[in-house]
Amino acid sequence: MSTRLTNLLLPTAVVLGSATGLLLLAGTNPWDPLRLIVEGSIGWPPFEEGTSAKIGDTVMVWVPIALAAAGLIVTFSAGMWNIGIEGQIILGAIAASWVAREVSASRPVLVALTLLAGAAGGLLWGLLVGVLRTAGGVNEIFGGLGLDFVAVSLTTYLILDPWRRSGVASTSGTDIFPDDALLPSLSGTRLSPLAILITLLAIVGVWILFRGTLYGLKLKAVGRNRRSAFLMGVPTNRYLLGAFMICGALAGMAGTSQATGFHFKLIPSISGNYGFLAILVVLLARFRAFWVIPISFFFAMIAVGSSQLDLRLDLSSTLGGVLQGVLVLSAMFGMGWAAFRARRKIAAGAGGAG
Amino acid sequence: MSGFVNAFVDMFDTATIASIVAGASGLLYATMGETISEKAGVVNLSVDGSMMLAALAGFVVAFETGTVWYGFPAAAAVGVAVALIIAYGNIRLSLNQVAVGFVLFALCTELSRFLGRSYVGRPPVFVPAWDIPGLSSIPFFGRVLFNHNVIVYLSLLTVAATYLFMYRTRRGLALQGIGERPEAAHARGIPVNKLRYFYTAVGGALIGIGGAAFTLDVRAGWSDGRTRNLGWIVLAIVIFGGWHPVRAAIGVLLFGALQAFALNLQPEFPSLSQVLPTMPFPAMILALVIVNWKALLKWLDRYPFLRSILRSDPPTAIGTRFDVG
Repeated sequence: MSTRLTNLLLPTAVVLGSATGLLLLAGTNPWDPLRLIVEGSIGWPPFEEGTSAKIGDTVMVWVPIALAAAGLIVTFSAGMWNIGIEGQIILGAIAASWVAREVSASRPVLVALTLLAGAAGGLLWGLLVGVLRTAGGVNEIFGGLGLDFVAVSLTTYLILDPWRRSGVASTSGTDIFPDDALLPSLSGTRLSPLAILITLLAIVGVWILFRGTLYGLKLKAVGRNRRSAFLMGVPTNRYLLGAFMICGALAGMAGTSQATGFHFKLIPSISGNYGFLAILVVLLARFRAFWVIPISFFFAMIAVGSSQLDLRLDLSSTLGGVLQGVLVLSAMFGMGWAAFRARRKIAAGAGGAG
Repeated sequence: MSGFVNAFVDMFDTATIASIVAGASGLLYATMGETISEKAGVVNLSVDGSMMLAALAGFVVAFETGTVWYGFPAAAAVGVAVALIIAYGNIRLSLNQVAVGFVLFALCTELSRFLGRSYVGRPPVFVPAWDIPGLSSIPFFGRVLFNHNVIVYLSLLTVAATYLFMYRTRRGLALQGIGERPEAAHARGIPVNKLRYFYTAVGGALIGIGGAAFTLDVRAGWSDGRTRNLGWIVLAIVIFGGWHPVRAAIGVLLFGALQAFALNLQPEFPSLSQVLPTMPFPAMILALVIVNWKALLKWLDRYPFLRSILRSDPPTAIGTRFDVG
């Protein structure tokens, strides 16, 4: 009980403390920016009337973070550091953009196709990281990073050359997609119930995968100890590839949501760094699927809300990123410290008994 | 096609080679730092962030004091602080090195943007040029090696010193021991974890100095994301270099050559002007595929000399914890 409380209270205290310290250093009182973050993301007081557009934006930032985080739980369970997640989101967005630009069909068909294309694009990019790892012996961190760079370059190239805007090519992105290709949303907002549904299904799916299926169990065995899993007859390489494919497909749909549900066009920074943010989310959630829902939402609030800081307080919007980093780092060290004390207590107890 | 050839030929002109050497200093310090840290068994995955934060610290201190040399110890201090957090988290609290490193990468990157806001676009402070008298007038080599500044000379000396220390001294042997076989090192009376703290800190200091070499020399000045992605290149080059200081240094120079090549290509392929500068990054990753390619290594086994040049085996105990008793 007391350790659980420390686990929760210590990081919170550290975050509040360091946030206050940073803000005092920056020369403002600490309350205003925090209130502005809440106000900018869900309204102040929360969920007031007239804030539906803001809330819609926050939810549509939550969607890609949570989808990517759900995917990352799978790769983390297999013991893989899928830093290539950014590239997988981007390739999903590119594939969805391609469908949105080139295919004409009725809206339901087209939306389904953009989602499928996104999943396929992300899946292939994830598979590539997996193949580099299993067949090429390239550590997934570096294979993934290399493919991230390739994906970013590819996006820039597409935007500046083959998919350049009618008139003049600019790094502000492609032309807006036709209406029929966009994720259906509530009027006046970006909020797309379909995207929310897919995200929740993905999270439940990942939870079931590790709670109720043999596949998930074997995947975890591969992550815990690859050698003994292999000796027990689990085809480890195939499972690793599977993990990358699942994660890539979910990340790719996050990319679709970014392209056809948020920006409505392909832009150079289409991933919004949400892949890296999702890694932080999963580390904070300690690989538990349902915790991804609230933590991703909290991170989305910070991401959307801190953009207000530039406008209103002459404070950098980067404060949000700093807070997220401090939060995860202090949570990790808080939990590590609690575990260390627990081990030490056990050791002392054993020593006394012996 | 001829554009391609011209761009390639242009890389071998004396001025270009000299500029590659001059531009390599930051990466040389940082790769030596990361190599030392990983040799001791601790992966410092934060490089991309800690190098950037150190680069900012170096610039700020040099800018505020007006003395460029003060920037370097400040940057080194930032690098040491981040490295010690990783070492403490791993050795004392048994946290995952990669996880702590990644979080610190994210945090330091954001911190550098947050704290560096008011220094964007400030006039840069430069490390003064200093030709080595006599040596700098040697044809070709004078221009390439002895026509720079103290930071560049020291970066080359750091490579030599790292190599000599690691492979030619007793303490260097201990450093290898704690990364390869910590149990054996412990049995020989070597304080494994104490030395891991020490070498991670040394590595962090060099990573920090590498950052400052960018903001005070190679790309003097500060802007958002001044050294972005270079830290990841450092991590890739350490693997490419097979955890050997001299090979890693060659990797740094190859990377510089690739950058020069991409720069030379730009006028030939204007539509790719945004894409080409990022190409050395994936190219570096491709190089990793080659040095790790099992079929190739198997074939190389028949040619021990080639194998010894190309192989890339990590320290056995890299990324793991060592618990006494």
